[in-house]
Amino acid sequence: MSATTLDTPAPSRIRLGLRAVMGVVVVVLATFPLLNMLPQDSVFHVSDFLVSVSGKWICYAILALSLDLAWGYAGILSLGHGAFFALGGYAMGMHLMRLIGPRGVYGHPVLPDFMVFLGYQQLPWYWLGFDHFAFAMLMVLLVPGMLALVLGWLCFRSRITGVYLSIITQAMTYALMLAFFRNDMGFGGNNGFTDFKELLGMPLNTGAARASLFYASLVSLVGCYLFCLWMTGTKYGRVLTAIRDAENRVRFLGYDTTSHKLFAFVASAMMAGLAGALYVPQVGIINPGEFSPGNSIEAVIWVAVGGRGTLVGAVIGAFSVNGLKTWLTSAAPDLWLFVLGGLFVAVTLFLPKGLVGLLKGRAK
Amino acid sequence: MKRTILLLFLLLAAMPARAQDAFLAALPGLGGGFGAQVEAVGQLGTLGDPRALPILTALSEGRLLRLADGTLLIRDGTRLLNAATGAPVDVAEADTQRVTINNRVRGALRGALGQLQIISPNSAERLAAADAIFRARSAENVPLLDAALARESVPEVRDRIALALAASRLVATNPADKLAGITALGETASPQARSILLEARAANPEVATQIDAAVAAIDQRLAIRRAAETLFQGLSLGSVLLLAALGLAVTFGVMGVINMAHGEFVMLGAYTTVMVQDFARDIPWLQPWSLPIAVPAAFLVTAAIGAAMERGLIRHLYGRPLETLLLTFGVGMMIQQAVRLIFGAQNREVISPPWMQGTLMLPFDIPVTANRLWILCFSLVIFGLILAAIRMTRFGLEMRAVTQRRPIAAAMGIRTGRVDALTFAFGSGIAGIAGVALSQIDNVSPNLGTGYIIDSFLVVVFGGVGSLAGTLIAAFGLGVINKMLEPWAGAVLAKVFVLVAVMAFIQRRPRGLFPQKGRAAEA
Repeated sequence: MSATTLDTPAPSRIRLGLRAVMGVVVVVLATFPLLNMLPQDSVFHVSDFLVSVSGKWICYAILALSLDLAWGYAGILSLGHGAFFALGGYAMGMHLMRLIGPRGVYGHPVLPDFMVFLGYQQLPWYWLGFDHFAFAMLMVLLVPGMLALVLGWLCFRSRITGVYLSIITQAMTYALMLAFFRNDMGFGGNNGFTDFKELLGMPLNTGAARASLFYASLVSLVGCYLFCLWMTGTKYGRVLTAIRDAENRVRFLGYDTTSHKLFAFVASAMMAGLAGALYVPQVGIINPGEFSPGNSIEAVIWVAVGGRGTLVGAVIGAFSVNGLKTWLTSAAPDLWLFVLGGLFVAVTLFLPKGLVGLLKGRAK
Repeated sequence: MKRTILLLFLLLAAMPARAQDAFLAALPGLGGGFGAQVEAVGQLGTLGDPRALPILTALSEGRLLRLADGTLLIRDGTRLLNAATGAPVDVAEADTQRVTINNRVRGALRGALGQLQIISPNSAERLAAADAIFRARSAENVPLLDAALARESVPEVRDRIALALAASRLVATNPADKLAGITALGETASPQARSILLEARAANPEVATQIDAAVAAIDQRLAIRRAAETLFQGLSLGSVLLLAALGLAVTFGVMGVINMAHGEFVMLGAYTTVMVQDFARDIPWLQPWSLPIAVPAAFLVTAAIGAAMERGLIRHLYGRPLETLLLTFGVGMMIQQAVRLIFGAQNREVISPPWMQGTLMLPFDIPVTANRLWILCFSLVIFGLILAAIRMTRFGLEMRAVTQRRPIAAAMGIRTGRVDALTFAFGSGIAGIAGVALSQIDNVSPNLGTGYIIDSFLVVVFGGVGSLAGTLIAAFGLGVINKMLEPWAGAVLAKVFVLVAVMAFIQRRPRGLFPQKGRAAEA
């Protein structure tokens, strides 16, 4: 890692300004489901589409935050955060599949449709417990967390950093994608999970369920933001930033850099898992495509565009890039990949501190 | 060939007059009822007179005609020939009647044709005949096959005749013949021989032990062949990995520049092959050369793009590998989308030249497709050329000087910027060459490169960054391991295992694989 100066403490005025931006974003988003209830001809009416799409963006923003924690603050450029997101999503998907119960096409009391179709006689052991919401939520955090713990421990211990770490994380998500595409893994093969019915007793196809999930995501986003804000402000957070800028020096000063990085990486993976778990009931499907390396890299560009090393930047990046994507993929679908590729080039060459860096530069 | 014909003549000359009479005597039966036909076909087959072959062939193809007086004629194109003498006859076809056959006759014909074709001068026909007799296996064919084996000179046909003979002996009633058949079958490495032996085991309890021994011998030989086959498949996969990784071994391994658009360069190489092929399609003398021309063409195209990319973009990011990674990924994305818009998202067809088609037989009867063998050799040649370029040319010397100690190299008067651009262009060009080879075995689509990029990085990292020989060993090692795992775990899981194994290996040997030391680790 090069010793960048990304984290020069901004003047407190700007820092407050950024937090105000974050507050405004959250408040505006919070009004969406309420405005959705206004009559359709009202000026302030927010369409169903906008509510559902911004619900997705909030999940992406949580993923961006988690990636920013790893990349922007700990210098771990993970190209496999989509895997943690997808694992959280799969854990939630398993819970939702169990809740379908006998309402599946085959009407089996316990087994999900795809298992009946594939000739399973009983539930595989790793599906046990997922009928309980609390257990499923625990797994949403634990499964990505454990994977990050093992992978991070192995890599950080051997001092694998920089590009090598990035490639290994990318290989990890690629391997998981290949594995989840297999039918005999017991995760529905390439069709994944879909056709969900309810969550916590709420039928998923109602407006109330959509609004609840939306608010749950928003609360999670705020929670994650505050957690990261607090964490990066502590002494631990300062050491983490120092590791990002000069790992060997921090090590020579007597800090255990491995465990510092490991904690950040695991916390980041858990946040990504949470984002995935909130995402799946909103979009109604999870399949191995979520593991594809391209998804993880797209998340990296959200953070890069917004401005890594600033939490608000990650959130802004996720909203702006995804907003652009949603608009462009319907307006000019052929152009989108050029724009996305161009964003990679432009941001790395001309805007290394992202949109937030632009604001900061102007303020100076 | 000559010898075979000579032998045939000798055989004909030695044939007793009685047999020739028997041939003429059997002939009219073909024009009779179905029962008489079956008998006549059987006689002609057992007689082994080569003159019967065209007649029986004509009968099976519905070209045998009969005059009112019972004379048999063969329709050969527009001519009509006397079946017995082979001389053209002047008869209107309207005066004749087609000789019809039923399924029972057809069955007899198959056997008889096999018996007759085994003495055909054409080796391909003899081969087919041996296989037909092998499938039909009847003890009656033993003397016939014995004679055929004695005069056979083509080794491949000999093997098949021997197999047919052994299989025919197995069903003989004579115990000595049976044992000889079992022994002969046990000396082959043929799965068919194995299944025949197992079939015969229940019917012949008295020779069960011999059969078991023969089956065990076959199994052993099959296991050796399977192992050799796996080895070749592994080497073949390894050569693909090597080709894909070599360009990366230069840009990433030697220069330390991470290029996520590497896969797209490979893809551009494949599309260059398609374009050269399309260009050569209308120029007959150029057509067979399209693939050899595509190699330098792909090198130049991708090297030019690589040089432009290095000078225009990557140069500004030296010392910032993560930014380089993102930038090159973005460039790759744009290249991919551009190709998709220009050439369409569907696969493009690449025609392999004739010398790359078909299947060859290696020792141990291992079938290999010619294109795989070519690519294996090609990858080794390219590897040798790269090694020579780096070790023995002025450019290679400057390249090593710049990567080892840039300021000193600059002080010695080396234009480091130019060397950077050339090195990156060199690595990109190699990726393009890889694309030419991969176009022969993979689908040429805009996504071609994405499948190779992670594998290539693993190969380079596994082999040791900066070590070309390490890349070679890693590519073939990973290829063979992958193919060895496949029968146990299936193709996908084998790949997952290899990925995990490489990650685990990097744990054990991080320093050996990452030769950055001291402050360089911070760069």
